Amino acid sequence: MDLKGGYTNEMWQSIEKVEATRKSRVEKLHPAMSLEEGDALLKKYHPDYKEGNTRELRVGSSKGTSVVQEVVDLLEAYPRIDPDKIDLTKTDLETDILVIGGGGAGASAAIIAAESGASVTIVTKLRLGDANTMMAQGGIQAADKENDSPAIHYLDVIGGGHFRNIPELVKALVMDAPGVIGWLEDLGVMFDKEKDGTMITLHGGGTSRKRMHSARDYTGGEIMKCLRDEVQNHPDSINILEFSPAVELLLDEDGKVSGAILFNLETEEYLVARATSVIFSTGGFGRLHIQGFPTTNHYGATADGLIMGYRAGVKLVFMDTVQYHPTGAAYPEQIVGQLVTEKIRGAGAEPVNVIGEQFVYPLEPRDIEAASLIRECATGKGVETPTGMKGVWLDTPLIEMKAGKGAIEKGFPAMFRQNMRFGINITETPILVYPTLHYQNGGLEISDDCSTTVPGLYVAGEVSGGVHGRNRLMGNSLLGVLVFGQRAGRAATEYIKGVTPGKLSLKHVKKYVKELREIDIAEDKVAPMVLPDYTRKETKEKQLTTQYLGTLR
Amino acid sequence: MDDNMVRIYIMGKEYRVPSNLTILTAMEYAGYQVKRGAGCREGFCGACATVYRLEDDYKLRADLACQTKVEDGMFLAQLPFVPAQRARYDIDQLSPTVGVFQRLYPETFKCVSCNTCTKACPQDINVMDYVQAIIREDIERAADISFDCIMCGLCAMRCPAEIVQYNVAILVRRLYGKYLAPRSLHTEKRIEELNKGMWKKEVEELMSLSEEELKKRYKKREKEA
Repeated sequence: MDLKGGYTNEMWQSIEKVEATRKSRVEKLHPAMSLEEGDALLKKYHPDYKEGNTRELRVGSSKGTSVVQEVVDLLEAYPRIDPDKIDLTKTDLETDILVIGGGGAGASAAIIAAESGASVTIVTKLRLGDANTMMAQGGIQAADKENDSPAIHYLDVIGGGHFRNIPELVKALVMDAPGVIGWLEDLGVMFDKEKDGTMITLHGGGTSRKRMHSARDYTGGEIMKCLRDEVQNHPDSINILEFSPAVELLLDEDGKVSGAILFNLETEEYLVARATSVIFSTGGFGRLHIQGFPTTNHYGATADGLIMGYRAGVKLVFMDTVQYHPTGAAYPEQIVGQLVTEKIRGAGAEPVNVIGEQFVYPLEPRDIEAASLIRECATGKGVETPTGMKGVWLDTPLIEMKAGKGAIEKGFPAMFRQNMRFGINITETPILVYPTLHYQNGGLEISDDCSTTVPGLYVAGEVSGGVHGRNRLMGNSLLGVLVFGQRAGRAATEYIKGVTPGKLSLKHVKKYVKELREIDIAEDKVAPMVLPDYTRKETKEKQLTTQYLGTLR
Repeated sequence: MDDNMVRIYIMGKEYRVPSNLTILTAMEYAGYQVKRGAGCREGFCGACATVYRLEDDYKLRADLACQTKVEDGMFLAQLPFVPAQRARYDIDQLSPTVGVFQRLYPETFKCVSCNTCTKACPQDINVMDYVQAIIREDIERAADISFDCIMCGLCAMRCPAEIVQYNVAILVRRLYGKYLAPRSLHTEKRIEELNKGMWKKEVEELMSLSEEELKKRYKKREKEA
């Protein structure tokens, strides 16, 4: 295929139309939608409203509620281990606090708990830091400027979430935010600042103040690398165990937390970890590819914590709603679905259609922005790629027309580099985008100290639900993992004082299995998923080993 | 052979895969389920460092499996783990000086300026330049140059002086961010206000409003230009 500047001739015909209208668009933005217009658009075009998106859950504490299909498939599935087979009288590992998941929430919780004197073990599915936190590009919100306040932040969050958010959780988010930024500065995070230390802040979709703090377009990466470094600096109090995901929560006879079952990904052994308190910071469900969407999420985002917590009796909230990031890469094929940060719109880029027309205000809340892009492509105004995928242009050259030459390489080194690998220079040509699966809006139900209905179980980050209501704003998840990670670390440290868990038990799992059998769930359905399976059908048809036979595992 | 297919050699074994795949998706196409060697799959985490060589070419190349297209005749292997040494420190007890590096990472000063690290970097970072900046005690410059480091470890694996560039770099950035970057005074001020109990009343007032009232307030918001 002949490519010029990374694009085909057919695509160039459309790019020329974008170039022709560019100058006229520098000063003039498409107007924003009213709440009512936004609601009408969502109902027509947002994937959440697509017939068959959810179905009624038939087991467990949220039985009867509507949950996204792909999640129900995992909730209505059997444990990986037979609860009768594992010997719970022998423990492989003991710790005060077991943190499950090594992203931003888990690392924050571990640091805070260790500083308060607890012994902590942090177990991760992949490496410490392999998490969506690492991939967050655009920024982190905090109302720390003169013209802003936690109350204004609160109003933005709750409006973005369609007024359904759990108010106490939103309060925690906005009130802790400035403290989190200060904590990160203390840890050495290199925020984008003016010479006098003033934070360089931008708008995100749905914000009424410029409160998006950033570290170029590696914001989450910069934060995660500092947190990981800090976790690794506490070897006396934090034990790190990688490639050992948890597959089941353990309770005691009274229903208190008593630990977890871990799975050594390499030796395939199941290990018994005894803990007085457990913190779930296991992240979300991007790798379930809801409705077949590609995802921005890391390899391990398979909702494991959601499954384990639900089996232990924690209720689910907002599990009928999903966040699709408006701008995932739609071209080139190798990076389809990967994140194109919202910061790029915050800095002046805007979506335009196949004939170079504006069709949406560039910084609507994410669900509305995404639905607008889907509408454009569904009504014949999208651009087709060589593989038949549709997308709209995100006109990046506008950034330097507004902010001056060099603004892209300085503010967006990751985006610039990623596209240059495929011959696309985003300072000169736009990039093609389409919504991509990004965030689990809902999750396990928590209180504002991250506690749950299971004594000793604390939940922080994307695995929990309620903070963001039905739609999250940019920069509030990076904030959320830190705010609630810290809170979980503090609350768990308080909880373990004077508590001793009794005999380890999987009674709750047996009870759950009984419910599954009562509704005749097929025995070969198993959860948590741990890793997605991208094996081709043709390969699978030849992988004929059905069980361990002989000496070869 | 089909134009759209290429031959790649995963740890020496030949597979035919579509030419439009990345190294990572090609391994999955071939039938591998990757456990180590995949993380974010978007070029941000450094888990998928891969070394490869092209047929009839002596040059050993390195890149990220998730961001690199396969090529015909590629012999490749992923690095499952980088056994690199890492210093332990209390960041609060350090100072942004060259002395810290002399103490914690003394091998840094054995740099022979061969530039192998820079050539190995999948992020195209001038790794050698930031190592040299540290030696000159230019902490700010070292932090700036190394900022995009994703800590894949390829530099350290190739370095003849056995420097652990990427671990040195996270320390240099933390020292800069903590000690040399100007503090954000407006953040400090807001934290003080919050510690004194300010802003709580305003937020709690919003929490007490009906949905209808909240919507009115939301619509009335003034947007910063």
